[in-house]
Amino acid sequence: MEWCEYTAHELAEMYRSKKVTVREVVESVYRKIEEREGVVKAYISLQKEEALKQADEIQKAFDNGEELPLLAGIPVAVKDNICTKGVATTCASKMLENFVPPFDATVMDKLHENRCIVIGKTNLDEFAMGGSTENSAFCKTTNPHNAECVPGGSSGGSAAAVSADEAIFSLGSDTGGSIRQPSSFCGVVGLKPTYGTVSRYGLIAFASSLDQIGPITKDVTDAALVMNVISGRDEKDSTSVELEKKDYTKALVKDVKGLKIGLPKEFFGEGIHEEVKSVVMAAVKELEAKGAIVEEFSMPVIEHALPIYYILSSAEASSNLSRFDGIKYGYRSPNAKNLNEIYEMSRSEGFGPEVKRRIMLGTYVLSSGYYDAYYHKALKARTLVRDEFNKAFEKYDVIIGPTAPMTAFKIGEKSGNPVEMYLADICTVPVNIAGVPAISVPVGFDKNKMPVGMQIIGNIFEEEKILRVAYNTEK
Amino acid sequence: MDTIYCVPEIGIMLEVDSMEYESVIGLEIHSELSTKTKIFCGCTTEFGGDVNTHCCPICSGMPGTLPVMNEKVVEYAVKAGLAMNCEISLFSKQDRKNYFYPDLPKAYQISQYDLPICKNGYLDITVNNEVKRIGITRIHVEEDAGKLLHNAWGNGTLVDMNRCGVPLIEIVTEPDMRSAEEAKALLEKIRTILRYIDVSDCKMQEGSLRCDVNVSVMPKGSTEFGTRTEMKNISSFSATERAINTEIARQINVVSEGGTISQETRRWDDEKGESFVMRTKEDAQDYRYFPEPDLAPIVLTEEYVENIRKNLPELPDKKHARYLSEYGLSEYDTTLLVQTKELAKFFEEAVSYGALPKAASNWILGDISKVLNERGITIEEIEITPKQLAELIGEISNGKISNTAGKTVFEEMLLNTGKSVAEIIEEKGLAQVSDEGAILEMVKKVLSENAESIEAYKKGKTNVVGFLVGKVMKESQGKANPKIINQLIVEELNK
Repeated sequence: MEWCEYTAHELAEMYRSKKVTVREVVESVYRKIEEREGVVKAYISLQKEEALKQADEIQKAFDNGEELPLLAGIPVAVKDNICTKGVATTCASKMLENFVPPFDATVMDKLHENRCIVIGKTNLDEFAMGGSTENSAFCKTTNPHNAECVPGGSSGGSAAAVSADEAIFSLGSDTGGSIRQPSSFCGVVGLKPTYGTVSRYGLIAFASSLDQIGPITKDVTDAALVMNVISGRDEKDSTSVELEKKDYTKALVKDVKGLKIGLPKEFFGEGIHEEVKSVVMAAVKELEAKGAIVEEFSMPVIEHALPIYYILSSAEASSNLSRFDGIKYGYRSPNAKNLNEIYEMSRSEGFGPEVKRRIMLGTYVLSSGYYDAYYHKALKARTLVRDEFNKAFEKYDVIIGPTAPMTAFKIGEKSGNPVEMYLADICTVPVNIAGVPAISVPVGFDKNKMPVGMQIIGNIFEEEKILRVAYNTEK
Repeated sequence: MDTIYCVPEIGIMLEVDSMEYESVIGLEIHSELSTKTKIFCGCTTEFGGDVNTHCCPICSGMPGTLPVMNEKVVEYAVKAGLAMNCEISLFSKQDRKNYFYPDLPKAYQISQYDLPICKNGYLDITVNNEVKRIGITRIHVEEDAGKLLHNAWGNGTLVDMNRCGVPLIEIVTEPDMRSAEEAKALLEKIRTILRYIDVSDCKMQEGSLRCDVNVSVMPKGSTEFGTRTEMKNISSFSATERAINTEIARQINVVSEGGTISQETRRWDDEKGESFVMRTKEDAQDYRYFPEPDLAPIVLTEEYVENIRKNLPELPDKKHARYLSEYGLSEYDTTLLVQTKELAKFFEEAVSYGALPKAASNWILGDISKVLNERGITIEEIEITPKQLAELIGEISNGKISNTAGKTVFEEMLLNTGKSVAEIIEEKGLAQVSDEGAILEMVKKVLSENAESIEAYKKGKTNVVGFLVGKVMKESQGKANPKIINQLIVEELNK
């Protein structure tokens, strides 16, 4: 077994028992990258020199007997929409190809404080808009389980990197499923925390009221460990929430007796592939066999989640992406001759088609005369979605369903049909609308040996519960 | 009465019977708050500074950054709202106003749309001795934009982001004003109040107070307002008056010629004394307001608001009433004294040190104001303290020095020698002679030299007394107490 194949908690233990050095692990990761990256294409940029330098520094600290944070020396990949000081942060867009932030995102500060080693920045759908990572302006990431398939998206690079052992863990961002869906497609663990748990400062905004940063890991224990590092109130993010400092690993107990699991029939209905359904149901049966109480129920409002999501997220995106105007940073069209041309040409040439589609949709739903019919109505409907989740959590500890209606599809299969692509988000977007946490855990494979993910949804700030259930699905 | 109006657009003079029309005016006032730091980041709000030195990733709109509300901004806005008799919203929120312009780095301004922090207030103004109440529709908080520098270094336009994110309040009035004079009075009132409560320095020339005016005209007596225009780019108080009067004249001219006013935004050019169309209603921007998702709503408690209310200073209207009743000052003097908090403070301090209110008022509005105007300084910068003024007034009123000598002491104090009033009087030998024996000798001497005056007095010409007093004063080299001189002369003449 190569070093890069281990989990973070295993490596942390081995660093301390001197079984391996930090450099050996980092070198192992880069060897794997060299071996697989030609096909996988998970990364937009790598920081090998800096990573090795840090590896030696951390090793020295270990050798000196210093007490280091648990994740010290663990190689991490970071989605390229999270600002890294002095390192290009592109959002996989031509618009920001040469953008080098002068500051670090708060999660980067936390990774640095915990002495994690950043391996590189990972590929994504441009500005995190998409579910296949095909919308990257630079390259198409492939699924490590089958290079003909997409890795999912938008955090496709982050999920593929972990799945291909090109990183020990990674950070993604999730606006409508962008952590969970690629994790499901790539057979890794992906957690979207409760809105407000992880600071968004430095995450280049797609839809501010939905975006959350979260971990993509090889197992549930690592997800809990990364949550320990990245969560917490940040005074730079007014939407982050003050919570008691938690140790998420405390939730990891092999016991689900008496735990109430709700299965919304909408998550198992039309449009969900049979194979996905049966793999997920088998995992649910196992939980039931371990003592959990499983009950089917209905959340009819979920049917409206997609339009609510696409209206709200596009509206916010149209405003958030306005700052990319060719004036201060980012792409400026060399052909522009006056102010209007700078705006029009820079944005036309700098953004890809999916981003432009969402900006236009968002601009439309916020326009006077349409605001009430679309944006305002979607805001009201959002409250209904929240209410329905609240109601469900009065009865159930967690809600379970598939993470995505299908396993990883073929590259190019859906890229011509945006609506079909949007349907891949059907199970994940209600979670963002409600602001609740959810985790995707791999629970099996379809007949083509592509991974199937199961989504476990909890009530707000009940990450521990979903981590515990997820932990109990691991063999 | 026929008035001649200059109508710049067509460049000829027309005679219009303005008495047939009434103008309707509303104001939108932007005032930069004098918080130390910006509204959403820790950058300084200080005016000036080298280009792009007072900015950071947040106020320059770098991707990934987030705003955090400066609590002082909320406090200042509530203060302003209370001082303008507004209801304070315990729940208000911020919204994004979306538009592209290079001085707006995020391409949206964080403002307040449907739920402003203050609403339904009013202010009283006095024009031609009549008090009129003007409604304040709302006050909301928002961020300022940057500044464009055209051709600063060769060709092209550059952006200075130092002002980006400086906190503003926008005060919107009801269309309650009927003349430029009223509009100016309200603007002045607002400036006075904002300065009293220390939330803005209101310097129009530095852009910390800006005013857009909405103007329409309607036939006198009508209850239906005409179509209004909005005038921007007004940069002084007098320009406000000029812009309004010019616009009223333009509109009356158009309407009386049978034309219609189109709803549009105009730009005032004060140098040319005319305005130009900036944009018409058709190309009005759709700002696509929506709630700012990066900020939580502003939620206040009753206690918070009451605490601010309790700590408000005495406001000009109240001060005005108190000066009239407590000090017996004239309406005119009072108005001038309360115009700035600093003047009023100086006055009140002088009185607290025992100065006679009327005398203190006269000195402040007379000699002191003259010095302030001549030297272009504020009362806080003048070398004389309220305590010294009180001493000076005391020495005059107790007869130790004459009014004339008082002026000399005043001039001496301006030299900032650090000498006390008493020392100056002593040094300059300004003390009045009040010794009746000494004065009587001088009186006798003067009378003996002016026999004809005595004759005249005896014939009933009592006005010679003044002449004789002057002579004695001269004899005493200005030091004799005129009251005593007067008394002794009359006694001698009546002997």
